[in-house]
Amino acid sequence: MAHGPATLADGWGKYISRWVFTTNHKDIGTLYLWFSFAMFIMGGAFAMIIRAELFQPGMQLIKPEFFNQMTTMHGLVMVFGAIMPAFVGLANWLIPMMIGAPDMALPRMNNLSFWILPFAFAILTSTLFMEGGGPNFGWTFYAPLSTTYAPDTVNYFIFGVHIMGASSIMGSINIIATVMNMRAPGMTYMKMPLFVWTWVITAFLLVAVMPVLAGAVTMMLMDINFGTSFFDAAGGGDPVLFQHIFWFFGHPEVYIIILPAFGVVSQIIPTFSRKPLFGYSSMVYATAAIAFLSFVVWAHHMFTVGMPIAGELYFMYATMLIAVPTGVKVFNWITTMYRGSLTFETPMLFSIAFVILFTFGGFTGMMLSIAAADMQYHDTYFVVAHFHYVMVAGAVFSGTAAVYYWLPKWCGRMYDETMGKVQFWIAFIGFNITFMPQHFLGLAGMPRRYADYGLQFADWNMVSSIGAFMYGGAQILFLFNVIRTIGWGKPTDDPKVWEGAEGLEWTLPTPAPYHTFATPPKIK
Amino acid sequence: MSARPNNRSLLVKLTGLAVAMFMFAIFVLPPLYDLFCEITGIGGKTDGAYTAVAVEVDTSREIEVQFVATNNATMPWDFYPIEERVIVHPGESREVAFYAQNRTGQDMVAQAIPNVLPNNAADYFHKTECFCFNNQPLAAGESAELALVFIIDPDLPVSVNTVTLSYTMFDITDRAIAQVSQVQ
Amino acid sequence: MLKRAQALFLRLLSPVIALAIAGNVSAESATRQLNMPQGVTEVSQAAYDIHMIMMWICTVIGVAVFGFMFYVMYAHRKSRGAVAANFHENHVVELIWTIVPALILIVMAIPATTALLKVYDTENADIDIKVTGYQWKWQYEYIGEGVKYMSELRTSQDEIYGRAPKGEHYLREVTEPLVIPTGKKVRFLITGNDVIHSWWVPDFGVKRDAVPGLFTAAWAKTDVPGTYVGECTELCGIGHAFMPVVVEVKEEADYNEWLAGKKAEAAEYASTIGKEWTFDELMVRGEEVYERSCAGCHQSDGNGITGVFPALKDSPIALGAKEGHIAVLIDGVAGTSMQSFADQLSEVDIAAVVHYERNAWGNDVGDITQPIDVLNYKQGQ
Repeated sequence: MAHGPATLADGWGKYISRWVFTTNHKDIGTLYLWFSFAMFIMGGAFAMIIRAELFQPGMQLIKPEFFNQMTTMHGLVMVFGAIMPAFVGLANWLIPMMIGAPDMALPRMNNLSFWILPFAFAILTSTLFMEGGGPNFGWTFYAPLSTTYAPDTVNYFIFGVHIMGASSIMGSINIIATVMNMRAPGMTYMKMPLFVWTWVITAFLLVAVMPVLAGAVTMMLMDINFGTSFFDAAGGGDPVLFQHIFWFFGHPEVYIIILPAFGVVSQIIPTFSRKPLFGYSSMVYATAAIAFLSFVVWAHHMFTVGMPIAGELYFMYATMLIAVPTGVKVFNWITTMYRGSLTFETPMLFSIAFVILFTFGGFTGMMLSIAAADMQYHDTYFVVAHFHYVMVAGAVFSGTAAVYYWLPKWCGRMYDETMGKVQFWIAFIGFNITFMPQHFLGLAGMPRRYADYGLQFADWNMVSSIGAFMYGGAQILFLFNVIRTIGWGKPTDDPKVWEGAEGLEWTLPTPAPYHTFATPPKIK
Repeated sequence: MSARPNNRSLLVKLTGLAVAMFMFAIFVLPPLYDLFCEITGIGGKTDGAYTAVAVEVDTSREIEVQFVATNNATMPWDFYPIEERVIVHPGESREVAFYAQNRTGQDMVAQAIPNVLPNNAADYFHKTECFCFNNQPLAAGESAELALVFIIDPDLPVSVNTVTLSYTMFDITDRAIAQVSQVQ
Repeated sequence: MLKRAQALFLRLLSPVIALAIAGNVSAESATRQLNMPQGVTEVSQAAYDIHMIMMWICTVIGVAVFGFMFYVMYAHRKSRGAVAANFHENHVVELIWTIVPALILIVMAIPATTALLKVYDTENADIDIKVTGYQWKWQYEYIGEGVKYMSELRTSQDEIYGRAPKGEHYLREVTEPLVIPTGKKVRFLITGNDVIHSWWVPDFGVKRDAVPGLFTAAWAKTDVPGTYVGECTELCGIGHAFMPVVVEVKEEADYNEWLAGKKAEAAEYASTIGKEWTFDELMVRGEEVYERSCAGCHQSDGNGITGVFPALKDSPIALGAKEGHIAVLIDGVAGTSMQSFADQLSEVDIAAVVHYERNAWGNDVGDITQPIDVLNYKQGQ
C-alpha cells in the first residue's frame, strides 16, 4: 500500500478489496458514515409510510399489522442503524486525528466491527419479507408481546440484535483503547477535545449496557424456545422484569446517542464563535455526571406500571436531577457564544438549532419526570414529540452539522453553502411542523403507536405528516449536497478550513492524507 | 510503539467487563429483582409458605379481605372465589376456598399466581397453606375446591383497611407435560 | 437568499394554515384541544396543575435563556464587527448555574410529591371494579355484584377501511361502556389477560398498565355526570388503536337502576339460553359478532392474512365437525394468537359466529349451531 489506497483506476477488484479488508481508520469511518446514511434513508422511508398512513383517520394504505412492523423497524433502524453507527463513523475519522494517533488501537477488530453490521441489518430487514412479517412489538419489545405473542421471525430479530450489540461493544473497546493508549505525547486527558471526552464516556456506557441488552434478548430467546420463564408469570417470571432490564439498558442508551452529539456541538460552537469553549472542565464533569445518572433513573419509563410509591418517588427525584448537568452544558454553550465573533455557516446553524431544540426537548423531559403528570403523558404523542426533539434535533442535527463541518477536511472540497443553508431551513422548519403539533396531540389524548385515530386528532396529524415529508425532503437535499461536494465541490487546501478552527485535526493538510501522524505531533 | 501489549490487556479487561455485564443481566438481575420485590412488595408479590407463629389476635381492628379470580389468556376453567369477601382480625387464621372446574375434554394443569393490593400490605399477608404453592391438575370435567389459609399480620400499616388478594390462573399444561417427559 | 427561502416556505405552508383554520370551525372543533384536560377528578386536576406549573417554569427559563442567546447572536456577530474575547471559565458563574437549577428542582419536588400521593390514595373505596385488558377489548367486572361484561369497539370495519363514511364518534364508541356513579370513590383493579395493555381515561387522570399476572390499583371520584373517552396506551398488537375506553358517569340513582338492570339481564340470559334460533337470525347476529371480534385478524372476507392469521374460508375447521369448530373458540389454540373466547363472548354469540363462519363466503355446511351446542360443549358433554 505504498502508493496509498487503491482507487477505481486500479480496477474494481482491488478497489472492492480495499474497502472489505481495510484497517485504515479513515476508510472504516467512511464506511460507517455511508452505512448509517443508508440506514437513515431506510428508517426515514419507514417513517414516511407511517406518516402517510396517519395523514388521515382511517386505514388507507396499509394494515395495522404492517403499521406495527413499520413503527418497530423505524425505531430499531434509526437507533441502532443510523444514529449509533454515524457517531462511531465520526469517532473513527476524528479521534485519531484529534489526539495525534496514526490509527485506531485495534485496526483489525475495527474492520470486523463494521462489517458485521450490514449482516445484522440484512437479517433484521429480511424478516419483513418472511412469513409472519417482521418484528411488530415496538422497538422496546415488551414481553409477552415479543415472546409468547411474537411472530416466528422474532428469532432473527434476536440474532440481529446480538450482532449489532457485538459490533457496538467492539467499536467501543477500540475507542477506549485508542484514547487510553494512543494519545500523542503531551496530550493529557484534560487537553483532549470534548468530542473525544464525550466518546470515551459513551464507549464505557456502551461496554456496560450493550451486554445487558444482549442478556435481555437471550432471556427472550430462552423463554421462546427453551421453556424458561424469565418473563412469563405462569412459570414464576414477571413481564415487568423485562421492562426493568430493558430500561436498565435503554436509558443509558439514550445518553449513548446524545453524548457524542454534545461533543460535536462543543467543537463547532467555539469555532464559529472564534472563542475557546467556555467551562471545558465543567463540561467534562457534567458529561460524566449525566453518564452516571443514566444508570439510576431507568424506571421513569415505567411510572404507570404500578410500582410502589417509594420507587416512583425515588425515580422521579433522580430523574429531575439530570436537569442540573444538562443545564450546565446549555449555559456553557451559550456563554461560549457570548462576546464571540459569530458567523453562521451551515454547521453553526445546525449546532444552534441543536441547542434550542435539544433544550426544548429537555424541558418536556423535565415535565415527563414529574410522575403524577407522567400518568397523563406516558405513551402518548407527547412522549413521541419529546424524544424526537432530543433524538432528531439532538443526534441527527448534530450529525449533519458534523458532516458539513469536517467534510472539507476529509475530501478537500467545499460544500455549497447556499444549498446547506436551504437544507437547514427546510429541515428546521419541517422538523418543527412535524413534531411541535405532536405535543398537542399527546396532551389531547392520542397514544403513540396508533395505526388509526379519532376524528378529533385529524388536523394536527395532517400538519405533522406534511412537516414529515418536508423534513424527509431536506435529507435528499443533504445527500445531494454531500455527493456534489465529494465529486464536484470547490477544491480547498487550507489546513484550517474554518477561520476559528482549533485542534490537531486542523493542523493536518487538507484533504487529510490517508496516513496521518505516523510520527506523533508535539503538543504544547 | 509500546502501546501494543497495553492494548491487549485493555482489550481483555474491557471484554471481561462486557461478559460480566452480560452475566449480570441474566444471572443476577432476575433473582435480585425477585428479592427486591419480596422486600418492597413490588407487584404485590407475596412470600412463600409461612410458618405460623403464635401472635395475639388484635380484635380491635377489622380488615376486609377481598378475593378476585382471573383466568389468563387461553385458560378455559371456571375459577372463582366461593366467598368474595371476609372480615378478619389481624393475627387470626382464616380458611377460604376457590372453586375450579375443568370443563374441557382434556386433562389440564394450571398454576395460580397471587397478587396483593395495596402493595404495602403484601408483606403482612401470610399464607400458611395455599393452592398457589403447587400447580393444580384437574382431569377432564373434574372440579375442586382449592383451599387457602391465611393470617393478616398485626403489624399491617394502620392506613390499610381493605386487602385485595387476586389470583390469576395460567394454563401450564404444555409446560407440565414437558417436565414430566423430561423426568421419565 | 434567506428571505427567499422563508417566502417560499410560507407559500408552501399556506394551505396547511388554511386547513388548520378550516378545521377549527368544523363540527369537531368542540372536542379539539391543545392542552392537557383538567378532567373531573382530584387526580386529573392535580396532574393538570403540576403540568401547568412545570410548563410555566420551563417557559420562563426558556424565554430568559434563549432571549439572551438571541441577543448574543445579534450583538456579537462578526458582520457587526464583533471581536472575540478570550475568557473561557468563571467559577462563580458556573457554580451559580449549577446551584440555582438544583434549588428550583428541590422546590418543584414538593408539589410533585403531593400530587403523586393523591394518585396512590386508593384506600377506602366504595366500589371495586376489575378492569381486564384483552386483545383487543376491555372486560369490566363489578366485584361482589356478579356483573361482568366485555366492552369493545363499535365502529365498523367498513368505517375504518373507508368503505363507509366515518361517524361522529369514530373510534370513540364501544358496545357497552363502563358505568360508574357520581360521588362514590371507585377503585379500579387493573390487570391484563394476554399481553400488556394500559387503561387510560384522561379526564380521570387514570393510566395504569394492565400486566398479565399482576394487579395494580387506581381510583376516581367525580361529581360530574357525562361520557368520558380514553384509550389503550400500551402497544398490544394489531388492535392496539381499536380498543377505546368509554366511561359513563351517572347520577347515583341512575347508576343503581342500571346495575339492577344488568343483574336482571344476567339472570334472564341464564334462563333464555335454551331458545331455538333460526338459520337467518344466527347469520345476522353472527356477522355482527364476526365483524366485531374476528374480522380484525381473519378479515371480513374470511381470507385471513397469509402466514399470520389463517383463512376461515374453505378451512377444514369451518367445514369439519361442529364440535371441533366450537372447541377452537372455547379453548383457543395454544401457542397462537387464537385465544379462548369463552369468557369474552356469550354462548349465543359463540353459536352465532360459528354458524356464520360455517355458512358465509361460500362455506356452505348448512347446519345450524345453537347456543345449547356451545353450552353442551362447555359442560364437557
